[in-house]
Amino acid sequence: MKQRLKITSVFFLATLTIIVLSSAMLSHNTESKEKKESASAQEQTPRSFDAREMIMDHIMDSYEWHLFTYKDYHCSIPLPVILYSKDKGLHIFFSSKLHHGESNYKGFKISTEEKYHGKIVEELPDGSIVKPLDLSITKVTVAFLFTMLFMIWLFVSIANAYKQHRNEAPHGMQNLMEPLILFIRDEVARPSIGEKYERYMPYLLTLFFFIFFNNIFGLIPIPPGGANVMGNVAIPTVMALFTFALVILSSTKYFWIDIFNTPGVPWWLKFPIPLLPLIEFLSLFIKHIVLVIRLFANIIAGHIVALGFFALIFIFGEMSLLGGYGISFVSVPFTVFLTLLEILVAFIQAYVFTLLSALYVGLAMEKPHH
Amino acid sequence: MELVTPDVGLLFWMLVSFTLLLIILKKFAWKPILNSLREREESISEALSTAEKARAEMEKLKTDNEAIIREARIEKEKILKEAREIKIQIVDKAKQEASQEANKIIEVARLNIRQEKATALDEIKKQVAELSVDIAEKILREKLSADTEQKKLIEKYLEDIRLN
Repeated sequence: MKQRLKITSVFFLATLTIIVLSSAMLSHNTESKEKKESASAQEQTPRSFDAREMIMDHIMDSYEWHLFTYKDYHCSIPLPVILYSKDKGLHIFFSSKLHHGESNYKGFKISTEEKYHGKIVEELPDGSIVKPLDLSITKVTVAFLFTMLFMIWLFVSIANAYKQHRNEAPHGMQNLMEPLILFIRDEVARPSIGEKYERYMPYLLTLFFFIFFNNIFGLIPIPPGGANVMGNVAIPTVMALFTFALVILSSTKYFWIDIFNTPGVPWWLKFPIPLLPLIEFLSLFIKHIVLVIRLFANIIAGHIVALGFFALIFIFGEMSLLGGYGISFVSVPFTVFLTLLEILVAFIQAYVFTLLSALYVGLAMEKPHH
Repeated sequence: MELVTPDVGLLFWMLVSFTLLLIILKKFAWKPILNSLREREESISEALSTAEKARAEMEKLKTDNEAIIREARIEKEKILKEAREIKIQIVDKAKQEASQEANKIIEVARLNIRQEKATALDEIKKQVAELSVDIAEKILREKLSADTEQKKLIEKYLEDIRLN
């Protein structure tokens, strides 16, 4: 059994690497060529491969799911664009109407300017540019919706397995997920929150698995994986807002007393200038903002470094073909290593976000001092 | 800057879908999973405590049994001892009774013998008297017929009597 597991994991890693390689090669190579042409057409200086642009393209959200570009043919999955502008009202259309940002549709286009880079903007008749209310189902939206459907399927089927086999040893998927569920319950919720931990278990479990699966899917470079979900600041922001709301809702009187009239500190720190209350009050917000930044920065950094190693191949490949192949022998093992590291990070970041959420909730349920 | 500016559309969809995810998973997944996990833990700890209780019970039963066996042994010895004593008593009593009975029988026999003896003596006396009378009669009758013959007769009769 162990042997089989080893073989499958090696096989999995190998396929992962091949997929990473092939997808990266396909898209980047052709992209760079295309950019070479367009760049040389616009300015006379031939700037072919732009590592920064390639990396940003991959980590930013987009209106379509780009698969590959072959010569002049862009292959991508169009996603629905939902816009509401004050002038024209509600508009719903597929992003294929915008032709990868090359054309204008009903006055809407993807901005290439610095201010709204990559976002859909509206050109008003007087020539000014405004940003409509943009509720498009973007690449990141599709990716996390997929994760959510996956989670519902997975955990509802596990729940049914529990219902069917009461008081029996777990098997199959149950066996895989039970240690994680117990880990969240016994190592995160119970020690951090205390006796009332059961009320917060559904939130903490959802949070943990949502971050974990999104991170894992983000490492798989074929749709619906490969999107940079947790590395998009909006996603951790919403989760931190949930945690913040939970903290506020479960806070006790003593928690606020601790903030505004911290016991055990000299009086001159509170009066006449309320220095400490101010710091404590601000830290209430700062710690949730840090929660966002920690997750977002960790995931985006992983993606950037992995993409950076790939960029090396193309940068060297431009200098000489041999250089490109040569550096790939360094870049590929490094990317494999980084991907493994990212699997670890996927777990650690999910754990840290969940643990800190639990801790903040636990702190908010402060009991009277004796 | 675009990297750290949350997009309104994403915020909206994430807020809506995460809330839905939370509600759906809470109702259909986490509740049954956590409940059955707790149930299983409870049943396991219950089973363990039951086993522990059963073990303690067994232990107690064993010590009880040993005590009962020890008591029974003591009881048995006591009963045996008592039985032995009773046996001795019974035998003694029987012996006593037997000897008393024997004495009584002997006494009765002795009395009988004495009576028999007395009657026998009376009988003998009577017979002796009769015989004496007979002899005297015969002697007297002989004496009256011939002297010598009479003497011979007397001697002959005496011989007879002696023989009797």
